Amino acid sequence: MQARPNLTGWLMVSPLAIVLAVFLVLPIILIGVVSFWTATEFSIIPAFSWENYDFLFGSPVTYSVFLNTFKYAIITWALTFSIGFTIAYYLAFHIRTQTWQIALFLLCTIPFWTSNIIRMISWIPFLGRNGIANSALISWGVVDEPLDWLLFSDFAVILAFVHLYTLFMVVPIFNTMMRIDKSLIEAARDAGASGRQILWNVILPLTKSGIMIGTIFVVTLVMGDFITVRFMSGSQSANVGRLISNDIALLQYPSASATAIVLLATVLITIAILLRFVDIRKEL
Amino acid sequence: MTKATKLSRRSVLKGGAATAAFAAGTTLGAPMIWAQNIKDITLRQFGTGVSNLNDVADKVKEDLGFTLEMTALDTDSVTQRAATQPNSFDIADIEYFICKKVWAAGNLQAMDTSKIKNYDKIVGIFRNGLLTPGSTIAQGTAPHTVGFTSGPDGTDFVQEESGWMTLIPTIYNADTLGIRPDLIGRPITNWSELLNPEFKGKASILDISSIGIMDMAMVVESMGEYKYPDKGNMTREEIDMTLGIFTEAKKNGQFRSFWKSFDESVNLMASGEVVIQSMWSPAITAVKSRGIECVYQPLEEGYRSWGGGIGLSKSLTGLERDAAYEYINWYLDGWVGGYLMRQGYYSAVPETSKNFMSENEWGYWFEGKAATDVITSPTGDALAQAGDVRDGGSFDDRMGSVACWNSVMDENQYMVRKWNEFIAA
Repeated sequence: MQARPNLTGWLMVSPLAIVLAVFLVLPIILIGVVSFWTATEFSIIPAFSWENYDFLFGSPVTYSVFLNTFKYAIITWALTFSIGFTIAYYLAFHIRTQTWQIALFLLCTIPFWTSNIIRMISWIPFLGRNGIANSALISWGVVDEPLDWLLFSDFAVILAFVHLYTLFMVVPIFNTMMRIDKSLIEAARDAGASGRQILWNVILPLTKSGIMIGTIFVVTLVMGDFITVRFMSGSQSANVGRLISNDIALLQYPSASATAIVLLATVLITIAILLRFVDIRKEL
Repeated sequence: MTKATKLSRRSVLKGGAATAAFAAGTTLGAPMIWAQNIKDITLRQFGTGVSNLNDVADKVKEDLGFTLEMTALDTDSVTQRAATQPNSFDIADIEYFICKKVWAAGNLQAMDTSKIKNYDKIVGIFRNGLLTPGSTIAQGTAPHTVGFTSGPDGTDFVQEESGWMTLIPTIYNADTLGIRPDLIGRPITNWSELLNPEFKGKASILDISSIGIMDMAMVVESMGEYKYPDKGNMTREEIDMTLGIFTEAKKNGQFRSFWKSFDESVNLMASGEVVIQSMWSPAITAVKSRGIECVYQPLEEGYRSWGGGIGLSKSLTGLERDAAYEYINWYLDGWVGGYLMRQGYYSAVPETSKNFMSENEWGYWFEGKAATDVITSPTGDALAQAGDVRDGGSFDDRMGSVACWNSVMDENQYMVRKWNEFIAA
């Protein structure tokens, strides 16, 4: 074995390489191939055609749906980031003992002991026209009649996204914050920095990698989602994921594949741009 | 696993029932089934939730001895499976408009009507299209237009009773809008009310393109916007116009939500989020059984109707095919019909179902008479009290005022894409 270090290297890498090739690369290639085919109701015609992309890029709905997808991603990111950063900051710098830090951190994860779908659907009776939120608001005299925009609206979609994905922001940011050397903060304080300056000039730059990891999680999850948008908007709003799922339901596999390829490219470009800002590997 | 069982079935066939195989190969006589072999048979049936009921499977085991495996899926998935996975089922319980889509794919086999005992008693709608000799045929994919094929290997549709059926009809109904009379507080008589600004943010329509487009067409006609030459087969311009009207309404906030599954429609209605929407008959029943007032409102323009039937997989042969015919004959023999009619559907052979219903039930569900006693669902929930009359009245009243059938258009592909845009708009 020693004589052929190359072989050992190849052998060690091959299980993962094979798994990735068979279960990730191959399916994506297949989706790419199918996206150039055409379909009728009951058959797929394997002949090269630009038709799906033509239709996709020719329809104004595509652009508005992609725009909508980005809108969800950006708003959700902004909210999960501010909430996630605040929680992580509080846990890391205001809670003194490690026991409490861990206890409170675990507290944050309790909602995640149930499934995503259940957590999402439980919002529906809560926000409904005769739901708890509206009855409470009416009985407090805040509003006279039920607020319709609480449910089946963009508000509801984003609320669910924020609820579902904030933890993905908290965890990596908390993790990087915990590894910040406390003496750096003391040094900044000694040098006369105010609390705000410490946050901006010391803590924020040092948690960049955590923020970036959280961002990648949230952005990819939101951009790839379809079920949250379907349930929380009452099927009335669309993102790219829903476009794909509608196509699949209507047996339009090639058209769904084309949309999937465009979405994949969009997400990859987004992540590539994000990674230009921070070198995650250096920071890990 | 499937392979293994198939092999053993085949050896059973060789060993014990060569004659049965012969009988199945010919069209002569009634299928002969050997009691000792039939217990080994498992038939896999799939279809929409409406008729894929475990109670039916249990009763099949009891009455016929073989096992029926049921898979319930939503309308789109049913189409998908019938078209793309012919080896995953023995019996397809599908709608007639789905049949129009998938028949040409050749995954189903034609059925010999001479083996169907109650064929002559099947209602006219499924044979020559006429409910009574004088009735007119509604627009859309009327079941009889896709119900017959030219021969055992036909992939076409013929317009006369050729003796070879594509589907054996089992279940059908006339659909309309469901309303919450307690929240609306005035009579509703037209389809156009769905887009009435009065119900802004309180209306809903179903997100299943082939059915939704027909509901839309009923609304558009009722509004007096346009008179379709054939609602069931629109041109591209008509599709654009119809979806245009609804897209505008959607942007104005007319709809609270769209629904795709039965449960969603029940929840929307029961919670009061929606007061008027496209709905299916058992969904009304489900809302009512929660003690909430809900009416399946008959409308002046008539009903949008649908029909379902049983088709056999192309790969079904020999003893299993005999069992499938046995199952079909049993299906039309009344027990299932009675069960379905007590849920508000209609059976293809109503007169046999009568034997499995009480006089009160038959009067309420079929004849449109006032109930003389409490009407309960097959599962025991009270649906109506003595004195209540079924919404829409008798079988002849309801099925006699069908304006269109669920359908597949020549421009289906285009419609589907436009529908997708409507949902995304």
